[in-house]
Amino acid sequence: MFDQYIVCEEGFRPLEDGRTGGVVEVRMPYYRGLALSMVEAVDLVLDGQPVPPSRTTLTVHGNTYTFDQLPRTTDDRWEMGERAQLAFETDEPLGPGEHDVAVAVRLRISYMPVPGGGRDSKRLTLAA
Amino acid sequence: MTAPAHSIKRGVSLYSFQEEYFLRTLSVEDCIREAAAFGARGIELIPEQMIPGFPRVSDEFVDSWFSWMEKYGTTPVATDLFLDTKRYPDRWLTLEEQVASFHRDIDIAVRLGARVVRAIINTPPEVMEAAAPYAEDRGVRLLLEVHAPFHYEHPWILQHLEVMHRTGSPALGLMPDMGTFVERFPRVVSERALRDGAKPELVDLIVRTYDDHGDTHALMDVVNYRGGGPVDFGLARQATHYIWTEPKSMLEHMALIGHIQAKFYEMTDDEVEYSIPYDRIVPVLVEGGFDGYLSSEYEGNRHIQDAFPVDSVEQVRRQHTMFARLLGESSGEQQDPVLPTPPAVGAGPGTGPQTTGTGSY
Repeated sequence: MFDQYIVCEEGFRPLEDGRTGGVVEVRMPYYRGLALSMVEAVDLVLDGQPVPPSRTTLTVHGNTYTFDQLPRTTDDRWEMGERAQLAFETDEPLGPGEHDVAVAVRLRISYMPVPGGGRDSKRLTLAA
Repeated sequence: MTAPAHSIKRGVSLYSFQEEYFLRTLSVEDCIREAAAFGARGIELIPEQMIPGFPRVSDEFVDSWFSWMEKYGTTPVATDLFLDTKRYPDRWLTLEEQVASFHRDIDIAVRLGARVVRAIINTPPEVMEAAAPYAEDRGVRLLLEVHAPFHYEHPWILQHLEVMHRTGSPALGLMPDMGTFVERFPRVVSERALRDGAKPELVDLIVRTYDDHGDTHALMDVVNYRGGGPVDFGLARQATHYIWTEPKSMLEHMALIGHIQAKFYEMTDDEVEYSIPYDRIVPVLVEGGFDGYLSSEYEGNRHIQDAFPVDSVEQVRRQHTMFARLLGESSGEQQDPVLPTPPAVGAGPGTGPQTTGTGSY
């Protein structure tokens, strides 16, 4: 329902901690916040190449989680419309300029018999 | 125009402004101010939507909430709860945990001054029964939403009605969602499908079948036989998910009905809802002596946001102009109810004229 807003146009930037990779800001395609245990996947495809979840982390309001931790995280939430940071590692430094960023969010919504969530892709310019 | 005496009140669920809240172009306070501007006096809130940090609700938020109510002349009416039975990846919530989730959300409603709590449609009847005493003690009514594709003869609803009638708890009741009275297919939905690449002849088949109130059960199959793809299947599924039933089907349950979610998809320039016949729904509520809130629930944003600017405020304003007309108000401003005297703000359940026999027939 908010698929087109998943990938934020602003805030796409290289990692600043010495590792190679970057950060893309993402929003949850749902009309309420959800405990992180019900966020089943935030899958990233960068320039056509899937980035394994083990090389990504999700940060909500300053709290960073690996995707292994999410299923057990029932006491923190991704709020409605909140810009979370999806950080990812790559083998090579990100080149300057434009990149294709595709994100698929899968949510476990209790009243739905099928997975919730959605997908979005945008061409983003890496912040200098 | 004049309408028969009634004490139906107008309200807005802030769910209506989800597009603007999501994009942070309206704050919670902005939503309340906009609702008050066209004479809606009752505010419905989804705490999980608009209270960051939920289920922790800070004193600061509560203070702000009541200060906004005072500032804009509005009243907290209802909160909407969810039941995350799938909170854990490897197991279902136990009955005890489900009831605890209800208790938590009842406490939040009480803190926010709401006397009605929407129980989501996936709530098992046994959870309603187990949570009823807690709600009753705190002066809150738990109202099960009757949401499409459910209706008053559906076994799931019948199981809930059995609990309500057997226990006779004044804390239990129903909250009809007007999405159960979709008489013709919302065109914002079929037009979106066309923009997404649906085949025009299949869209036409789906819309015609729905509008003729034909058999939609096999629509997905027929769409498949005719070469449909994912977008066509999605639209066909939508056609099985909307329902049309006679609004009069609410009448025999009126003693249980404490709140109306006035779902809508598109208010046209003529200030009528394209697919839901409110001109035939409101008279049924008047006839049944409904004395709660008609609470706007705009849900059209998701169908137009790809191609058009979303203006939820204008959509809700149009719905309230329509309500004021159908309720016989002389202007857009909400007048005092004609008859009978409404319960005082903050009065508990059972004080309104229609709630005395709740659940006990």
